[in-house]
Amino acid sequence: MSDDTFDKGQAKPGKVRIDPLSGVPTTGHEWDGIEELNTPLPRWWVWTFWVTIVWGIGYTIVYPAWPTLSGGTQGLFAWNSRTQVAADVADLQTTRGPVLEKIAAAPLEKIESDPELLAAARMVGKVAFATNCASCHGAGGQGAKGYANLNDDDWIWGGKLSDIKQTIEHGVRWESDKETRSSTMPAFGRDGVLTAQQISIVADHVRTYAETPDSDAPTPEGEKLYAENCASCHGAEGKGNPEMGAPALYDQIWLYGSDKATVVSRIRNGGGAVMPAWKGKLDDTTIKALAVYVHSLGGGQ
Amino acid sequence: MAAIESADASVPSPAKRVGRDRERAFAASRVIIMSSAETHSTLLDESFVEAPHKVYPKKVDGQFRRIKWGIQFATLAIYYFLPFVRWDRGGDAPSQAVLVDFPHRRFYFFFIEIWPQEVYYLTGLLILAALTLFLMNAVAGRIWCGYMCPQTVWTDFFMTTERWIEGDARDRIKLDEGPWTRDKIRKKISKHFVWLLIAWWTGGAWVLYYTDAPTMVWKLATFQKGAFDTYLWIGILTFTTYVFAGVMREKLCLHACPWPRIQAALTDEYALNVTYRYDRGEPRMSLKQAVAVRAAGAPSGDCVDCGQCVAVCPTGVDIRKGSQLGCIQCGLCIDACDGVMDKIHRPTRLIGYDTEMNVKRRQCGEGAIYKPLRARTVLYALLILAIGGFMSATLATRGDMHVSVLHDRNPLAVRLKDGGARNGYTVRFANKKAEPRRFAISVSGVVGAQMEVVGVPPDGKGKVVIEVGPDQTREARVLLSTHGAGGSKGQIPVAFTATDAASGATVEAKDVFIWP
Repeated sequence: MSDDTFDKGQAKPGKVRIDPLSGVPTTGHEWDGIEELNTPLPRWWVWTFWVTIVWGIGYTIVYPAWPTLSGGTQGLFAWNSRTQVAADVADLQTTRGPVLEKIAAAPLEKIESDPELLAAARMVGKVAFATNCASCHGAGGQGAKGYANLNDDDWIWGGKLSDIKQTIEHGVRWESDKETRSSTMPAFGRDGVLTAQQISIVADHVRTYAETPDSDAPTPEGEKLYAENCASCHGAEGKGNPEMGAPALYDQIWLYGSDKATVVSRIRNGGGAVMPAWKGKLDDTTIKALAVYVHSLGGGQ
Repeated sequence: MAAIESADASVPSPAKRVGRDRERAFAASRVIIMSSAETHSTLLDESFVEAPHKVYPKKVDGQFRRIKWGIQFATLAIYYFLPFVRWDRGGDAPSQAVLVDFPHRRFYFFFIEIWPQEVYYLTGLLILAALTLFLMNAVAGRIWCGYMCPQTVWTDFFMTTERWIEGDARDRIKLDEGPWTRDKIRKKISKHFVWLLIAWWTGGAWVLYYTDAPTMVWKLATFQKGAFDTYLWIGILTFTTYVFAGVMREKLCLHACPWPRIQAALTDEYALNVTYRYDRGEPRMSLKQAVAVRAAGAPSGDCVDCGQCVAVCPTGVDIRKGSQLGCIQCGLCIDACDGVMDKIHRPTRLIGYDTEMNVKRRQCGEGAIYKPLRARTVLYALLILAIGGFMSATLATRGDMHVSVLHDRNPLAVRLKDGGARNGYTVRFANKKAEPRRFAISVSGVVGAQMEVVGVPPDGKGKVVIEVGPDQTREARVLLSTHGAGGSKGQIPVAFTATDAASGATVEAKDVFIWP
């Protein structure tokens, strides 16, 4: 069949000819002298196209896909993403199992001195901290006003591994836990123990212990008031007492702030922050890991 | 563009060609698909799907076929047997010469071991590979496609098996057109069976690069239950090898491969291409005609239009239509043509590695120009040397121990009871040797600062020493504290130093101490 069979240069509707310039057949479509060249689809492409359609139908049969009035088709293997997640979590537990068992069995000090257990405990602790603790203590345990900074070396309830673990387990002033850390500072002003002027004097005095930049010299009157009302818990010269949860007052770390108004407010209103007890909510291994993690942040004693 | 111009030599007026580059490129690609009469007529049948087009390349022998055999044997042998080459690294390190160890994040290549943070060496290799491809292209066009591309190597391998089972081109055409006899069924089944075996072996060899090869071969041979991904990868590569080398063949080069398109933009008039020397070949005519025409004193070309160049072409192109997208520059048509020229006692290399420019110059009676040394070849070669040299130098001088420091982000600094400050750092020590090593840590920069490593008490001499296992890293939390008020606000540079207790070698990492 040669090109001469076709009318050169005159396309008729529905009639195919070869475009003389490009040598490509036309589709026979012509608009005001502009013709459409026929560039046929490669056969392999067409096959792939049909295969994807068949594959797509097969996919909706094998996997859950079609909605029905009461739910949907379940697929051939009843696969769903929830059981997949459950299986993945179970796999993870199996993988972590051996090291978690070691953490559960080892005493806290032992965990910290074993590089493998320390790394694992810090990893588990870090995740548990981010989920449970960071909302109050901050993502890095840096604390906030009224929420203790866990990186520094000042511990209200003690900074040993065992102290930290106990605080996590039983919380602070958490009434539903019998073993919670419960001592509370009295509201000296609100309950009428001290007058406003006395509070002002003792506040000035307390601030001299830490040598805050704007504090005056200690006064005998302030010293007397401190000895009578505060020293039993906070100790002589504000050394503090972790047994009672009485913070040290001489150092540079202030839970609520070191300015006079804040100190006055604390003496007037008393009370203290609350932390939930985590025993029962978190398993023992996680609590141990959390204790090691918090201890390793830097301030642990 | 020289390549394309000759492809549509049928276009009459040169003036009309101006500004029609796109159409010409299009026409050049059409030529390949419409190269048989059968295709031609089917296309006119108002069909919008391409007619089936099967190439039956004929067996050929000659210089370039022998080069192709050599490269094919070498590359296939490397691919299939390299994983079995052993390399003793001592200790517990794997003894496989080439191994991609994903579970342990290591890549081994003979004496080189690459850690994940050194993956830029692989990037460097890719850059070198690209430049080498460009250099090959500047020297002799798509020789990569014709000789070394896996698609070509495996397709050639599959064609050889096909020829062995079904016979040469003529027998295969006859077999395909003939009825389904017992013999045809036997041949077809054995061909596809052998193809699948080769494909399976190809997929099997692939997974051997990722695990200890002899162990894996033993496991596969004894049908031990292995990991699902092993079978998945073998399956995927079996499938792709079978389909690409057995079924799609030149269609992959024509429709899927980006290199022919990129190559066209990278080439120039001096790059050698498989070229039909039409100055010598045209007008083509049979031997008998030529005798008559020459006797009459008229010109006659050397091409006798025997079609052998087309018959042997693995992509089914007619090289006499000029350099084109379908041509992979394998030179088999040169071998075929030389064979014919030898027989009819005419000079060989009517088709050869040459340039379109030279053909035109000869037509005008000028001498040919060959310029293997020109700006782009020199530049590519220099770039390859520079990058290769730089990579080798850094590889040769890289250390076998490493320390890196990450300052705590939150909190940046902590105020201590006595008014001092503390910063926390995550320090990672890397030991790239095959034996365990002990690193003593020290820090300098902050006067009077104390260093503490969580979980690692100082030894009797007050030194903090960390043991790092063979070919491993170890992370430590390091705390740096100052005591007493009076530090200045801002940042102080600090340096952490790890000293190898055995050799005394040191590495340093810099960071800052931040005052709260």
